[in-house]
Amino acid sequence: MLQQLVNGLSLGMMYALLALGFTMVYGIIELINFAHFNVFMSGTFFGLWFLALLGYGRTSRPLSGGALILVLLATFLVTMLMTGVLGAVIERLCLKPLRGVSGTAPMITTIGVSLILQSLILFASNFANNVPFPGIVPTDRWSVLGTPVNVTLKNVLLWVSAFVLMFVLDAFVRRTWLGKAMRATAQDPEAARMMGIRIDIIILVTFFIGSALAGAAALIFGLYYGLTSYIVGYLAGLRAFTAAVLGGIGNIPGAVLGGLLIGMVESLSGQFIGNAWSDAVIFAILIVVLVFKPNGILGMQRPQRA
Amino acid sequence: MSTTPLDEAPDSLQPPVYAAEPAANVAAVPPRRAFGVRLPWAGLSSSRRTFIGWAIAVAALALLPLIDSNGGDLDNFANAGTFVLLALGLNVVVGFAGLLDLGYAAFFALGAYSYGLAASFQLKIPWSIIWLPFAWLNQVTEVRFGNGDVAQLHFSYWVMLPLSALICAGFGILFGMPTLRLRGDYLAIVTLGFGEIVPIVLRNASGITNGAQGLPGVQTPSIFGFSFGFESQPYYYLILALACLVVFVSYRLQYSRTGRAWLALREDELAAGPMGINPVNYKLLAFAIGAGIAGMAGTFHVAKLTTATPDMFQFTVSTIILVMVVLGGMGSIPGVALGAVLLTVFQGLILGSLNTWAHGIGNATGIAPLKVIDFTQANQLIYGLVLVLMMLYRRQGLIPARRTVRALSVVDQTTQAAAVDSNPRSASPRQTESSNLASRC
Repeated sequence: MLQQLVNGLSLGMMYALLALGFTMVYGIIELINFAHFNVFMSGTFFGLWFLALLGYGRTSRPLSGGALILVLLATFLVTMLMTGVLGAVIERLCLKPLRGVSGTAPMITTIGVSLILQSLILFASNFANNVPFPGIVPTDRWSVLGTPVNVTLKNVLLWVSAFVLMFVLDAFVRRTWLGKAMRATAQDPEAARMMGIRIDIIILVTFFIGSALAGAAALIFGLYYGLTSYIVGYLAGLRAFTAAVLGGIGNIPGAVLGGLLIGMVESLSGQFIGNAWSDAVIFAILIVVLVFKPNGILGMQRPQRA
Repeated sequence: MSTTPLDEAPDSLQPPVYAAEPAANVAAVPPRRAFGVRLPWAGLSSSRRTFIGWAIAVAALALLPLIDSNGGDLDNFANAGTFVLLALGLNVVVGFAGLLDLGYAAFFALGAYSYGLAASFQLKIPWSIIWLPFAWLNQVTEVRFGNGDVAQLHFSYWVMLPLSALICAGFGILFGMPTLRLRGDYLAIVTLGFGEIVPIVLRNASGITNGAQGLPGVQTPSIFGFSFGFESQPYYYLILALACLVVFVSYRLQYSRTGRAWLALREDELAAGPMGINPVNYKLLAFAIGAGIAGMAGTFHVAKLTTATPDMFQFTVSTIILVMVVLGGMGSIPGVALGAVLLTVFQGLILGSLNTWAHGIGNATGIAPLKVIDFTQANQLIYGLVLVLMMLYRRQGLIPARRTVRALSVVDQTTQAAAVDSNPRSASPRQTESSNLASRC
């Protein structure tokens, strides 16, 4: 049980990072970005390819000490940069021309982008079903206070990196000029524009940051599971979206809380109900939350925009 | 002080644009001429033209088996027909009512399993007296199985077709009731969740559905002693008839009071409410009708394949149907049917032949990648491109729906006001407006 909580925490961090991307984009332009699913999936491959470029293939041995930290840091930075740019390009090419178009058109576009990304990666990965991730993290494990619960080095590294990223994001949104402009746009785009904020730039930056966080989540996914595939984006993305809704969509702390909860639910339901049902449980949560508390746990009531 | 360029001012601050010759612009009906020649159908009213077009298409399709009696081809066309049915059903939800349903394959699955379970030896229900009336009607047989007697269900296809549609419509209401109160974009994700849950349940509830292996030996339809068996031709005619039925129903819906209510909801939900349209009820109706049509398609599909597995109803199926609707034009009945046929034919015939050609060229020239290339893997890429390009460049689809124009844009209102101002005795504003609307619809 406690072991499941430890695993759930790692998964939860990943979902939290992924949910942040959904929630930030939704907060600014009220759009469910289905492309995010496969930006995440592409991220796992970007990380994989970058590691291969550094010379860490599927047979490489675990690293230790400074080398490990250096390699991880570089991989995180490069992957996040690449997914960030990918997200920004998607926004510029496919969503900016649809600004101001009401109805389902922008959402359908993001579904299309998602399909395109998925098949591009499928071609690029040479139709492989499962691509193993290099096991560069040593498999050290410690038991917690003499209990049978084990914490691996992997877990610790993932927690640390996710914490750092969330801290940076929080500081960015709360303390910088750009973050302030972002919050203003989320609150009222029209008023923000009249105050001299260039909405298009803000939206672009939001997509960049959200997608970069998806890149980080992708690396965590790859390192945690030790493999990736062109189909991983769909389920992970749907769970992360559930997390965003659970915490209150458009709400940044809510996304983190929701992500952690969903991670716990996944690992606990895997333990008690069986893996086959854990997705059904998660989507049932999604539906129940939307029906009874559409604003989520931390979300506030917002008036509907006409 | 510098002046702000007009482009950067918000739309609401833009001064109204007056057309040069407002009255002529509004009233003119474009003459139906192509290259100066009067077309033979120019004199017909648009509804009659639509009807004749459909009649010709259906007649051609009905005669098709006489020309091409190849079973494989007819089978492909019957599959295309299944997707025409599904696309028309989704069109009611997405096109008419403007609700994005991303889990439409769930209803397809429920329809398939409703008929599949009622017409196969999967459910081994212990025999009891309540089955007796069904046994008299020859829908259930008492058979010995193990230690006791069980009821073997073999309900007639023609009974189960409307029944499955009703069951699916019921599920549509069940799924829709909690979710249709939500904002439109939440609906998309909830339907996605349902679309995911249904195959999971079908796979895991293996006691009822036989799990991932699928339903064994579903009974094929038969009519007046003629069994459909495994021939393609009867299925082809059956799906043609079903498609005609659904096309007819779609047209009747589109031009009914309900259809106009959906239109109003789609264009502006906030304004439609005060006009006396109950958004939840009308959305539920759209959802239920769409689900019912998917249920019919499901029964047809399972009867033709004689089996159903949960993997046949994955998210991909939902996206394919959505791509068909988007390609043809949301809300346009001929467009959606065309989109479904185009995509299935493209997928089934063209990609396959591209493969053969590429492999042939590869073998002849010795270029290694051409020998193994598999164009059928490019399906997803093509779907994605269709979605993105249609949304960016032709949002109304291949054959645009006739009523996508919003009644009066800001420009129209100002030009009309100008027309009335300049010539106050010619027409009252109300009359101009209504004649203008009539010309548009």
